[in-house]
Formats: sequence, structure tokens, C-alpha cells
Amino acid sequence: MTTAAQSLPIDIANLSKAYGSVKALLDVSLNIAAGEFLTLLGPSGSGKTTLLMALAGFVRPDGGSIRFGDQEMIATPPHKRGLGMVFQSYALFPFMTVAENVAYPLKVRGVSKSDQKTRAERALDTVQLGGYGDRRITQLSGGQRQRVALARAMVFEPQIILMDEPLSALDKKLREDMQIELKALHQKLDATVVYVTHDQREALTMSDRIAVVNHGRIEQVETPERLYRQPHSFFVADFIGESVSLPVEVTNDKAQLGGRLLKSDLPIAIGRGGHRLVIRPELLEVTAGAVPETANDLSGHVHDIIYQGDSVLVIVQHDSAGQINVRVPANRAGQTGLPSKGERIGLALHPEDTIIVPEHVA
Amino acid sequence: MEQVGQRKIDGLWLTVVGIAVLFFLILPTLIVIPMSFSGASFLEFPPTSFSFRWYTAYFTSSEWMSATKTSLIAAVLTTAIATPLGSLCAYGLHCSTPRIRNTAQILVIMPIVVPVILIAVGVFSLYAKLGLNYTLTGIVIAHTALALPFVIVTVMSGLQNYDFDQELAARSLGASRAYALWTVTVPQVKFSIQTGAFLAFITSLDEVVISMLISGGDNATITRRMFNSLRDQLDPTIAAISTCLIVVSVGMLIGVQLIGRGKDKTK
Repeated sequence: MTTAAQSLPIDIANLSKAYGSVKALLDVSLNIAAGEFLTLLGPSGSGKTTLLMALAGFVRPDGGSIRFGDQEMIATPPHKRGLGMVFQSYALFPFMTVAENVAYPLKVRGVSKSDQKTRAERALDTVQLGGYGDRRITQLSGGQRQRVALARAMVFEPQIILMDEPLSALDKKLREDMQIELKALHQKLDATVVYVTHDQREALTMSDRIAVVNHGRIEQVETPERLYRQPHSFFVADFIGESVSLPVEVTNDKAQLGGRLLKSDLPIAIGRGGHRLVIRPELLEVTAGAVPETANDLSGHVHDIIYQGDSVLVIVQHDSAGQINVRVPANRAGQTGLPSKGERIGLALHPEDTIIVPEHVA
Repeated sequence: MEQVGQRKIDGLWLTVVGIAVLFFLILPTLIVIPMSFSGASFLEFPPTSFSFRWYTAYFTSSEWMSATKTSLIAAVLTTAIATPLGSLCAYGLHCSTPRIRNTAQILVIMPIVVPVILIAVGVFSLYAKLGLNYTLTGIVIAHTALALPFVIVTVMSGLQNYDFDQELAARSLGASRAYALWTVTVPQVKFSIQTGAFLAFITSLDEVVISMLISGGDNATITRRMFNSLRDQLDPTIAAISTCLIVVSVGMLIGVQLIGRGKDKTK
């Protein structure tokens, strides 16, 4: 994000694509700032990969516009879009050495042999694979292959880098390390990154902004924090983070739960269908005595207590609305002493945490 | 212990039956080799005397040599046309939608499924109108049609084991489609292409039925001449020629295997 002079913004306008009767993209518009790390997040079949492939030029949209900077790209073939791309399968060339793989984009561009060598080495250094140039791809571990794919995608200093679930084949620990590393790498590189994933935690960890894709549409584009705290639809609230939801009645921007008015500082987004109160288990406060007047009272009886190592999950049977989950850090649970099964527990939901969303986006 | 014993007996049976099957498959082919070195003036087995006379007869006969030349040129040209054409067709089908691919696959396999005699009759009547009977061009076109399915099928199976994302990656990294195909995809399905080329060559070299009808005169293929010769005078020159054909075929097969060893295995 430091030097926005090199990297390019991406403007997507009214993009649509149908496969027969299946609409993969429905009038998608999205502006991505120069140097931004934007994640397309959604379940499989949501259209996020179609959108990425349209950016890369491998999917021909039925209509709309894709602009990199000032240039319209919709009719430009993939190899003239100047993109770096990282695939889920890494798509490394197994018959070439590591260095030959990384130098491939340079070779294509007619860079001299000696320049190819130095630039490939530099790129390998950047991904901490210095000295691996002569190895064969088959000699590398999954994580190392991932790094080679990254080095190959950035060696020619592209202004835009696309990544299609690049970490999904790695095991959990390595994946989490690579997330941090990729984020750091992005800050070093001067490129706009569009990243596709179905892993909401990965999206929250890495992105400047996240575009949540569902049924070929973008439901919401926001920074990770705002997306988490102020989802605009039930889909977004449900897909991101842990939550339980209860149906509520909304009239004139006021929501009622079981006949009681809900106090909320957050605006209720416009949408279709009914509304739901979204409760994040870690945002509920367990009160020793009565719930204060300023907060929403969600007290009930303890139904079950589940120990999960770092935290304790308490399942509460609310007086009228159903079951609610509360997450309490394990150390605090030990200190305060939680009520046991069947006992009454005071639960406060503060107005700034009271998320009310429509079932469907407008 | 009993089980181990039983397994040993089962294994023995499998070996015996396996060897017997191989024997029956290969023996008829191998029997011509000793026959070709016979000194007698008729085909006999086992041969009673040893001589190279039938090889001499083959290599000094201008008729046989002309037929051999026709066959070899036809086979080389067929291979040269069918291999790139079939490979590109396989690539195109691989990239198309499943519906087109499945339909096209059936059409492409047709020349293998339809009895060759029907194709021969069809080709003959068509060529009669076009004036292509008894021409090298005619032979090459007909043989190419026969050889194409073999190339297409082998290359398509090669492409199925290939991670097509690699070609997309190459294209996204700045390579045109043709360049990506040539530098990334082709090297990885090379063995399938070589196998397809080999099959195309053999298809043309071994082809009898169509050649019987459409080749002749100066452009008679060796298989046609062998058939005629079998009908007329059963002389051991045929055994000598067959032996040469076996050596060529087996030699090429081994060559393809040697070149392909250790390649196309990377995934």
C-alpha cells in the first residue's frame, strides 16, 4: 500500500456471465483500489472463481466492463493483460527446474538469459527459497511449491496479481504461517492483489477489504472488521465468524425479540424477507447480577457447558427465543465460576454489538 | 501355512496360463522367422536347410523394392499428417465442452468401428470419381483417415493425465496460446504423441484391405503385393519380407518405449 504509483486499480462494472441457465455472475460491479489486497470470499459455486477467471481473461463475460487503470480489458487475451497468477494446483511446470519455472514469464518477454537468471534468483530470495534454483519441482514440499508459484507470478513485477485459493492444499499450520507471510509480501510488492478463498478466517486475516460473493452477486464489500461487526445480510453474518441467530420482528427500523424492543446502535440494512438477530458468542457478556438497563437482556438457563481448551462454550436456553451460545475465555471462566447446568445465567448484549440483518439482500 | 501353500499354487496357475496366452499370441508371428531362412522353394516348417536366398530375392527384386518404397513413403507421409492433425484435434476436444467432446469422440472413432472393407469400397468409389485410385496421394489420404483415431485417442488420454492449469498459468504469465501449447503442454504429452505417431505409421504400413482396392501399378503397397503373391505362388520371399516388417515394427516400438521412459510420468 506504500507506493501506489506502480500498481493499478481494477474497475469491474455490470459484469455478467451465464452458463446455460446457470447465472454465474449477475451484474457484478466492484472497484478495487491500486495496491489493495482484496479477497473474493464465498462458498463453492458462488461465482468467485468465475469472477477471477474473467479478470484473468479465461472466462469471456456475456456483458460488462473490466478496466485495469484506464484500459478496457474485456477483449484483451490473457497473455496481454500483464497479470501474475497463482493457481490452487500451483500449476508449476514439472519438467523444468525451479529456476526455469520462475524465469518462464521473463523468457516469454524476451528478457536476456543473464537477466532472467538474476531476476529469478532475486524472486526466489524474496520467497525464502534462495539456492533452490537447480532443484526439480518433484523434490519440493507443498509449501515450497507454493513459494515457487508465488515467485513465478511476481518475478516480472506485474501490477496485478490474481490468486485462486493458493493455500487450500496446505495443512492448517503451514497455511496460517503462509497467510502472514503473503500479507507481508504484499506490503513489499507494488501490486494490486485479488485473492479467492472460501475460508472466512483466511479472508479476515489477509485482506484490506473482502467482497462476499453469493449466487453470482457481491453481497457486501467491506474491511474485515466492519464486515464482521456490521454485516448487511444474514448470509454475510452467517458465513463470517461464528454466530447463532434468532428471528425478530422489525417495524419502523425498530426490532423486537419476543415482544421486547431491542436496543441497537447499528443501522438495519435494507433487504427482503424477515429479519434476524445475529449473536456472536464472544460478544455476549455474562453478568453477575441483573443485566444493566442500557443492554439487551438475553438471560436464560444454562443448558450445557462445553470445554474447548482456549474457551468454554455455554449453551443457554433463552426464556422465549431459543438457544444462544456464549463463549467465555477459559481463564475467566475459571476465575468467575460459571453457573452450573440448569442454573440461571445473566446475559447482556450491548447495543453496539446488536446485529440485526435482513434474510436476503435487496 | 495352508493359505500360503494355496496362494503359491494359485500363483503357479496364473504364471502357466499367462505364459500359454503369450505363447499363442506371439508364436504365429515368430514362426515366419525360421521359415524365412529356409533353403527350400516353398514355405516349410521346420525348415530343413538354411539360406539367405529369400532375402536376396526380396532385396534384388525391383517390384518388391518399388512396393516397399511406396509403403514406406505412404507410412511416413501418413504419420507426418496424422500426428499433428490428430494431436491438435485431441487438444481441441480436450478444451471443448463435455457435450461436444462426447459427440465428437464417437464420430472420430468411427473409422475404427466401421468394417474396413466398407470404408475401402466407399473410398474406392469416391476415388474413382476424383481420379485418386492408384495414386500415392490417394493412399496417404485414406491411411491418414484410418490413422487419425489412434493418434486422437492416445493424445487425449495423455492430456487427461495432464494438469491443464499449467497451460492457463503459462498464458496468464504472458505466453500466447500457441507458445504455451508448444512450450508447456506438448513437452508433457510428448510420449502420447510419439505413441500416436508410431500407431499411425504401423496403421499405414500394415494396411491391406483399402490398399487392395485403391493401390496398384507403380503405387502398389507392399501388403497388396504380398497378398497377390500369396495367391499366386506361396514363395518364402513373403516370410523374408514379413520378418523385415516385424523387425521394423518391433524396433520402432522399442525405440518409442526407450525415448518415452521416465517421461510423461511427472504429474
